[in-house]
Amino acid sequence: MLQDQDRIFTNIYGFHDPGLAGARSRGDWDGTRDLIAKGRDWIIEEMKNSGLRGRGGAGFGTGLKWSFMPKESDGRPHYLVVNADEGEPGTCKDREIMRHDPHKLVEGCLIAGFAMGAHAAYIYVRGEFYRETEALQRAIDEAYEAKLLGVDACSSGWTMDVYVHRGMGAYICGEETALIESLEGKKGQPRLKPPFPANAGLYGCPTTVNNVESIAVAPTILRRGAEWFANLGKPNNTGTKLFNISGHVEHPCTVEEEMSIPLKTLIEKHAGGVRGGWDNLLAIIPGGASVPVLPKSICDTVLMDFDSLREVRSGLGTAAVMVMDKSTDIVAAIARLSAFYKHESCGQCTPCREGTGWMSRVMSRMVTGDATVEEIDILEQVTRQVEGHTICALGDAAAWPIQGLIRHFRGEIEDRIKRKSGGGARAA
Amino acid sequence: MSGAPKDVPQPDSFAFTPEYMALAEKFIAKYPNGRQASAVMPLLDLAQRQNDGWLPRVAMDYVADMLGMPPIRVYEVATFYTMYNLKPVGKNHVQVCTNLPCWLRGSDDIVKSCKRVLGIGLGETTEDGMFTLTEVECLGACVNAPMMQINDDYYEDLDSTSAESLLTELKLGESPRTGSQIGRRSCEPIGGLTSLASLRPADSGTGGE
Repeated sequence: MLQDQDRIFTNIYGFHDPGLAGARSRGDWDGTRDLIAKGRDWIIEEMKNSGLRGRGGAGFGTGLKWSFMPKESDGRPHYLVVNADEGEPGTCKDREIMRHDPHKLVEGCLIAGFAMGAHAAYIYVRGEFYRETEALQRAIDEAYEAKLLGVDACSSGWTMDVYVHRGMGAYICGEETALIESLEGKKGQPRLKPPFPANAGLYGCPTTVNNVESIAVAPTILRRGAEWFANLGKPNNTGTKLFNISGHVEHPCTVEEEMSIPLKTLIEKHAGGVRGGWDNLLAIIPGGASVPVLPKSICDTVLMDFDSLREVRSGLGTAAVMVMDKSTDIVAAIARLSAFYKHESCGQCTPCREGTGWMSRVMSRMVTGDATVEEIDILEQVTRQVEGHTICALGDAAAWPIQGLIRHFRGEIEDRIKRKSGGGARAA
Repeated sequence: MSGAPKDVPQPDSFAFTPEYMALAEKFIAKYPNGRQASAVMPLLDLAQRQNDGWLPRVAMDYVADMLGMPPIRVYEVATFYTMYNLKPVGKNHVQVCTNLPCWLRGSDDIVKSCKRVLGIGLGETTEDGMFTLTEVECLGACVNAPMMQINDDYYEDLDSTSAESLLTELKLGESPRTGSQIGRRSCEPIGGLTSLASLRPADSGTGGE
């Protein structure tokens, strides 16, 4: 179990001063100049050794990602872009970092920017987070005033500017190339890769896009050492992680815990348990709307990390744990997510634009049982035709929840269809 | 994604006030030379704020002209992002999240309460122009569900009673408290801290009721 001294986000609940003085008292901006003086290669190597995997959902190695940036500039500027377009249903961790521990993010921008040769960072915050944007901007202003940003930031000799850019309500802008398009002043429609952003990103320049949490933990990792971080969690799933526990629990909350904590322990220790007790659990979506739902039998023992959840054909995603007790209409729950993906499809790729609408319409009929049993197979087949056939992962994200539902709750869908068609309960 | 409505009476002209112009210039300065199109989103937002919360066609043209962009590129942006309102909205834009985490904790009841207190349906505006009610997708406050956003503020940990009372307060021209409606500081568990208790100052709030 994680001890407080190993927690990175010591003001995640906002009980303390989020300003510079408070942040300094919690260890932020301590020896930043010395970290930078150790050089770019040391920082990237240390990040790699820490085992930190991107906290935005995909879980790609953060140090490795930074290493993809060109070592020497060919004349084009480099950019760091921070993805604060937090919109994956269930996810509300970056919000707390921005309003309660914003200096961790700002300091992270300086260090990460230096490590990738960038003199400018853009933090793209979802538009609805207006108050969070204000809090973040206050921290940036304080940092400039204290000469922690700007020319010779933190007396490091490095010039670093950090800007906030507000989105205006488009889930798709959480996809890194859509975010870049949006930052350039266009519709947020994803780009084909390659070229990857590290070669041609913002304004056609080398760019790295990282999640808020990934950047915000970097200074602490470097200060305390890669080994400290790597010793938490399990190999290939290291460190601490912010978990959001929502839905049918006694005490919904956000908490920083060690990676690989058992899902049941996470919920019972921090969220007061499942409403009505663990045996009242029906299912859990463990990593945000995009990952497949898990039935109770798997939740009993599964660990909360990238590899363990992948083994049970789900995913850690953003570590947004949505708990559903036995009162839940599980078909309606997944249908609600299908409606979400239909709403958020950017319309660029045909399989997603048409597929999300089609899947959502069929899912609505599955909720009421106005379907045939054969249509369950057709629905499953259509999810396979959307998955992997689009420019970005939104198509996959729309397909996976339905696949999870059919995999684990097919009986429930069939029962409804049979009841509706007058056949009574499902034959054994 | 939605297209621009065709039947909305449009004003004849739009220009930033000196105050908004100063803000617009600050935004433009954030981006490199020649990349001023990047400022289209914040400038459209400013225009919307100056224009009582909605974005008329002349304001899009004005922003296009200011940034040297073809108007069609600005219309594309204005119609792509859901936070640009292309028709007038009420003074209080009530946006209720009904996505899964809120739905699991009773957002259907919150929608009903809003309809009852405001006397309008989803997507409608009250006759006095005070309220618009909109259903929205996940607003990213899921451990404080159910919740809604009114203009720039979040109202969290709602139930029917608190939703109705805060809307009633707004109707009376009062300013209800923002954030959690059950006394939580933010996203901590309400039953008492399970982490960070050792770092907590003695004079902080109760962290729940």
